[in-house]
Amino acid sequence: MKHARVAWSGAIWDALEHGPDQLRLSDGRLVAQDAVVWLPPLAPVSRPRTILALGLNYADHARELAFKPPEEPLVFVKGSASLIGHKGQTVRPHGVQNMHYECELVAVIGRTARHVRRDDAYDFISGYSVANDYAIRDYLENWYRPNLRVKNRDGCTPIGPWRVDAPDVADPMQLDLQTRVDGVVTQTGNTRDMIFDLPFLIEYFSAFMTLQPGDLILTGTPDGVVDCPVGAEVVTEIEGVGALHNTIIQGAACESST
Amino acid sequence: MNAPTGTFWPVGTVYGCLLNFRREWQHMGERMARAPHQAPPRAPVLYVKTANTWSASGAGIALPAGSDAVLVGASVAMVLGPRHWVSGADQTMPSVGAYVLVNDLELPGTTYFRPPVRSRCVDGFLGLGAHGVAPDQAADPAQFVLEVRINGDLRQTIRFDDLVRDAATLLRDVDGFMSLRAGDLLLLGCEADRPLARAGDHVEIAMAGRAAFGVLSNTLLAGPALEAA
Repeated sequence: MKHARVAWSGAIWDALEHGPDQLRLSDGRLVAQDAVVWLPPLAPVSRPRTILALGLNYADHARELAFKPPEEPLVFVKGSASLIGHKGQTVRPHGVQNMHYECELVAVIGRTARHVRRDDAYDFISGYSVANDYAIRDYLENWYRPNLRVKNRDGCTPIGPWRVDAPDVADPMQLDLQTRVDGVVTQTGNTRDMIFDLPFLIEYFSAFMTLQPGDLILTGTPDGVVDCPVGAEVVTEIEGVGALHNTIIQGAACESST
Repeated sequence: MNAPTGTFWPVGTVYGCLLNFRREWQHMGERMARAPHQAPPRAPVLYVKTANTWSASGAGIALPAGSDAVLVGASVAMVLGPRHWVSGADQTMPSVGAYVLVNDLELPGTTYFRPPVRSRCVDGFLGLGAHGVAPDQAADPAQFVLEVRINGDLRQTIRFDDLVRDAATLLRDVDGFMSLRAGDLLLLGCEADRPLARAGDHVEIAMAGRAAFGVLSNTLLAGPALEAA
């Protein structure tokens, strides 16, 4: 099943995909998909979720950015204020020169994961989603890079539209990815080209940090990131998981260079 | 771990801050301008202490397999209160609801180039004081003085009067690029020369002259033996 979380008619709802144009709300009613506000498709959690994101996890993207592929996962952490739903707007700060999307497969943890072996890793994943892990490269600094000013901005990580149940994704390591900017294909790839695949990552992280249901792993992006101007409609799509839409809007004022 | 009852426990994201003590900055010295850093940091350098790291005061903290020592990063966290509208302005600002002691542990030997997840996000690696102290009870953060004791011996005294960004400036600069929400924590940073502690050591962190903070106390435990390769 494909789960969504939406605002509609004054309340927040869990919903399921119902045909190409509708959603079934948790009370049984059907509503049009274009009548709702899409929220991140994640069930609420009782503690702040841990959001891990991979950098340079596709060999072609690492080359693109002139880095040799990492020997262990390059991982950074996001706060949940960075997440925003499908069809949302993300701010491009005034005056920046390079803001690019990153189309990424997201794994949602379903069970407490501690010291998990890679052969068992899929037992700990409950579902998948699509994220667009925007980066604003103007703010890159070589301290805990990629630093939070690049990667942890409000609403800078669209996610959705769906959370797809894991059994509905036959092989998450064989999925085509594609990004379109204003309808033009700018990024293509396949999850089979990850340097560190999901079973490896679950084993690696759970060896030192216990993951809880609702925690997220954003698995990195392939080659083909380009700067996107204000007004661009960016669609990041993963085969069988969803097509996530986002529009870039202008930030109000220059951010201080601190 | 699960939230203990009757004591302070975060409800938001916990952000740590690197290089916010002038001595820590000075220790880096000319290395800041060399590879891989190339230049001193401009914006605050932050990291996240994920929820798996949180340990209540009094709890044991296990070292991971293969590690026999850990750096003790005593600090104070600002606990964010509700955002409020700035009079005459068109946006909100964060407020500080309380201050709380923290013991921000890190495995030694990690550089500052890549995010420190492997060294700082280990299960249990953030001791949390039992009580948040309201700003009107806590004094000016620039007057904070922490004492770090290991097995009863005073190992470090930390004065918060010589920060790169004082508490208000740090809050403003961080909030300038990511909104801090009620319940988030923002640490004021760790002084240079963090003491090392080992399995079996008892670490206590206290605010000099301010009993209201209580004593943050954690015992380090030996981790599991390394599995044979």
